[in-house]
Amino acid sequence: MLKVVNSAIPVACWSCSVKQDEAKLFCPSCSKIQPPPGADYYAVFGLEPKLNLDVAELETEFHRLSRKLHPDRFARASEHEKDWSLADTALLNDAYRALKDPIKRTEYLLQLSGAQIGEQNSGKDRRDPSRAPADLLEEVFDLNMQLEEMRMARASGESDPNLEKSLSEAKAKFEGLLNEVDTDLRTQWTAWDSGEESAQAAAQKSMIALLDRRRYLRNLVRDVTEVLGD
Amino acid sequence: MAEGRVVGIDLGTTNSLVAYMQGEKPVVIPGVDGSNLVPSVVALDPMPAQGGRPTVTVGNSARRVLIETPERVIYSVKRLMGRGLTEVKNELKLFPFRLADDVEEGEVPRVQLGELRFTPPEISAYILRQLKRNAERYFGEPVTAAVITVPAYFNDAQRQATKDAGRMAGLDVLRLVNEPTAAALAYGLDRAKEGTIAVYDLGGGTFDISILKLRDGIFEVQSTNGDTHLGGDDIDNLLLAIALDEIHSEHGVDLRSQPDAVQALRKAAIDAKIQLSTADSARFDIELPNGDRYQREIPREVFESLIEGILDRTAGPCKQAMADAGVKPEDVDEVVLVGGSTRIPAVHKLVDELFHLAARGKKPHTELNPDEVVALGAAVQADILAGASKATEELLLLDVTPLSLGIEALGGVVAKIIQRNSTIPASATEHFTTGVDGQTNVAIHVVQGERELAEDCRSLARFDLKGIPPMTAGLPRIEVKFLIDADGILRVTAREQRSGKEAQIEVKPTYGLTDEQVETMILDSFDHAEEDFARRLLIEARNEAESLLTKVEQAKANPAWAHLTGEEQAAITSAQDKLASAKLGTDAKELRETTAWLDRATQRLAELMMDAAVTSAIRGKTMQDAGEDLDDSSISAPHPFAPTEFR
Repeated sequence: MLKVVNSAIPVACWSCSVKQDEAKLFCPSCSKIQPPPGADYYAVFGLEPKLNLDVAELETEFHRLSRKLHPDRFARASEHEKDWSLADTALLNDAYRALKDPIKRTEYLLQLSGAQIGEQNSGKDRRDPSRAPADLLEEVFDLNMQLEEMRMARASGESDPNLEKSLSEAKAKFEGLLNEVDTDLRTQWTAWDSGEESAQAAAQKSMIALLDRRRYLRNLVRDVTEVLGD
Repeated sequence: MAEGRVVGIDLGTTNSLVAYMQGEKPVVIPGVDGSNLVPSVVALDPMPAQGGRPTVTVGNSARRVLIETPERVIYSVKRLMGRGLTEVKNELKLFPFRLADDVEEGEVPRVQLGELRFTPPEISAYILRQLKRNAERYFGEPVTAAVITVPAYFNDAQRQATKDAGRMAGLDVLRLVNEPTAAALAYGLDRAKEGTIAVYDLGGGTFDISILKLRDGIFEVQSTNGDTHLGGDDIDNLLLAIALDEIHSEHGVDLRSQPDAVQALRKAAIDAKIQLSTADSARFDIELPNGDRYQREIPREVFESLIEGILDRTAGPCKQAMADAGVKPEDVDEVVLVGGSTRIPAVHKLVDELFHLAARGKKPHTELNPDEVVALGAAVQADILAGASKATEELLLLDVTPLSLGIEALGGVVAKIIQRNSTIPASATEHFTTGVDGQTNVAIHVVQGERELAEDCRSLARFDLKGIPPMTAGLPRIEVKFLIDADGILRVTAREQRSGKEAQIEVKPTYGLTDEQVETMILDSFDHAEEDFARRLLIEARNEAESLLTKVEQAKANPAWAHLTGEEQAAITSAQDKLASAKLGTDAKELRETTAWLDRATQRLAELMMDAAVTSAIRGKTMQDAGEDLDDSSISAPHPFAPTEFR
C-alpha cells in the first residue's frame, strides 16, 4: 500500500534517453509515457492560465489525453510505466476537475498567483468567512430567527405555512444574489485575463471578496433548503 | 495470445459468473454442469479418514449439501467482505454465519466451516478458483488474469478484500470494475451511442445507481450512489417475517427457533416472489409440524404495497445521483436495469416515475439477461485491458470514487480531501506538521464517508509519520500524497520537505489482511499455472468423478431412489458404470463429459432428496439435529436462507 516516491524530474527520457527541456507527460521523441511533471493544471492541458475557457474543448482534450494515459492502457506494461500512468492520470483528472468548474477554476488560479482564499486566508486582510457580508447583516439575522422557529416547529410536528412561505421567498432571494455574484465574477475574469498588471490586482482583490460572499450565500441557501426539506 | 487470456468475473452475493470476449461479443463460460451461474456457495466435504484437509466444493454441488449439513456450508459471503467484527456481528442477526469463537476486535473475522476457519476473502477465493477452473476447462489452457466486478458503493476495505481473494485464487486482478459501469459497457458495446444513461442495479444484497455520459466510446461516470444493504434479500426477509408471524398467531407454532423450517419457509417466500413477477397472485401452502396447513394467497397488489417501503429506499440514492451529476430526469436518455430484483414489475414502475420514462415514450433497457449483464461487461473491460482487440480499442471507462475521502482533524471533525464522485485515479496532497517541539511522529487517521464527524464515517486506515527530524513545533513540513487508484483503492506516500528526509510510514488498515497474511492464504500451490496443466486437469477430473460416484452410491440408499422410474434408475446405473471405467483411462475430456452425463442423470434424484429434506425439516423430524448443528439459534430475527435460486 505504501512506498516513498522520488518525484525528481528526469533530465532525459527513461526509454530513449533523449534530453528534455521541460517535463512532459510523454517523451516528444519516442512518445513513451513519462513520470508526472511538476506541472500546474493549465500546463497539463497546454493552456494559458486564463479564467475564460472553452469547457467543451477542455472535455475533448481531457478525453484525448485519457485515452493515452489511463491505467487501462498500461495493464500489461512495466511496473514503472504502470506507476507513471497512474500518477499522470491522477494529475490529469485532478486538473480537469478543477478547471471545468468555474468556481474551482477561479479559486485555483487565484491560489496559483499566490492569493490566499477562504479558510486559508490568514493574511492581514483576513475576514472571518463565517461572518455575514455587511449589506446582508439584517436579513441574515431575521432569516436565522425564522430558521430556528422552523426547526422547532418541525421538531414538535407542527406546520406553519406562513413561515414556510417566507423561508421559500428568502431562499429565492439568496439564490438570486448567488447568481449576481456569479455574473460579477465573470466580469472580473475578463479583467484578469487581460493580463494588465493593475487591472489584474484589482480583479484579484474583488474576486477574493466575491468568493467569500459566494461561500457565505451558498451555506445560507443550503441551510434553508435543509430546513424546508426539499 | 502470449500473455494469456483475461477473463471477466462477476463475484456476486448469490451467483457468480465468468465471461470472456469471443471475437466481438462477450459470452458467459458455463460450468461442468452446463449452467452459466455458479451459486456463490462453498461447502467443506467430510474430513478424510486418513487425515489431511477436507476438499472444498463450490456452486450447485455445494448447495446440495446445504440442508443436510448446514454447518459445513457458507453462502452470501460477499456481505462479510472487508467488514470488521462489529459489522459482521450485525450481519449475524440476519444470516446464519458461524463466527469462529477466537476472533478478536481488530482482526479480520473468520467464519467456522466444519472443523476449519476461513476469512471471507478465502471463501471468495474458492469461488473464484472454481470460476478460474471453469474457464481453464473451457479454453484448455491456464487462465491467470481477470477483471472482477464489485458494487459501485463498495468502500476501500471491501475492494481490497476482493482483490486479496483474487490473489489467493491465483489470479492477477488487473482491475476491479464497478458493477453498474460494467453493465453499461455490456449495453454500450454494440450501440455507438452518445448521451446520458442511468444504470439501476438492484441485486440480491446491494443497490447501486450510476449516471454515465457516453461520448466517442468514452464511458464517463458522472456520479454513483447506492446502499450496500438493500436488495432482494430484504423482500424475502419481509415475506418470511410475515409468514412466521401469521403461523405463530393463527396456528400457535413458533418456527423462528427452527432454522431448517425457516430455511424451507424462505424457499417458499422466494418462490412466491418470483411467481409474482409474472403471475397476478401467488400461494403459500405449507404443512406445519403439528399437521396444520398454512395457506395464504398473496395477490400482486398486496405484494406491491408490502414491498413499497423497500423499493422506495432506492429513490433517494437515484435523486442524489442525478443531483450530483447535475442532470434532471429528462436529461437521462436511457435507463438500464441490472440485477435479478429488477424483474419485479413494481421496480419498472418506480424507475419509470423516477426518470419520467413513459411520459417521454421511453422504456428501460432489459434486453440483456439481468443476471449475466455484469459478467458480460466485465469481459468487455477484460478485453480493453488485454489490449490489441479491434472490438474494444476505442472504448475507455472513466469511473468515480463513490465516497469522499477525509482526514480526522482536531475535535474529530473530518476534513475532506477527495470529494465523492471524483474521477479516479484521483489524488490530494496534504501538508502536516508537529504541535510540540522535538516531536518526531505525527499520527494520521483516514476515513471514508460523507458525515461531518470521523466517528460517523468508515475508518479506513491509521498511520504514523515517523522519523521526523526533531525541530521546533510547526517547522517540519511533511507532504503526504493520497491517491485513489483505478480500482478505487487508496495509496499513500510521504516526504518531509524541510530536511529532505523521507518520512517512514506504516499504514495499518483498519479492516483487512496484511500482504504477508494474504501470502499464506494463497490456495494450494497445486493451482499454479506453471504446473503440468494437462496432468492437473486429469487429476481434477478424476477427483470430480470419484466424488460424484461416491455421492451417487450414497444416494441410492436414500428413500428418494425408490421414487424414480425404472428407466431413470437404469440410466443412472449405466452412467455410473461408464464413468467408473472412464476414470481408469487418461482422457480428461471424456472423463468430464461422462461426469456431466451422470450429473444430469441424477438431477431429479437430487431434487427429490432436497424436497424430502425440506419436508422432513418442516415436520420437525430432523429439527433436533439441526438445532444442535447451528450454534446461532439464539438470534431473534428470522434467519433467511441463501438468496440462491431454487430450481
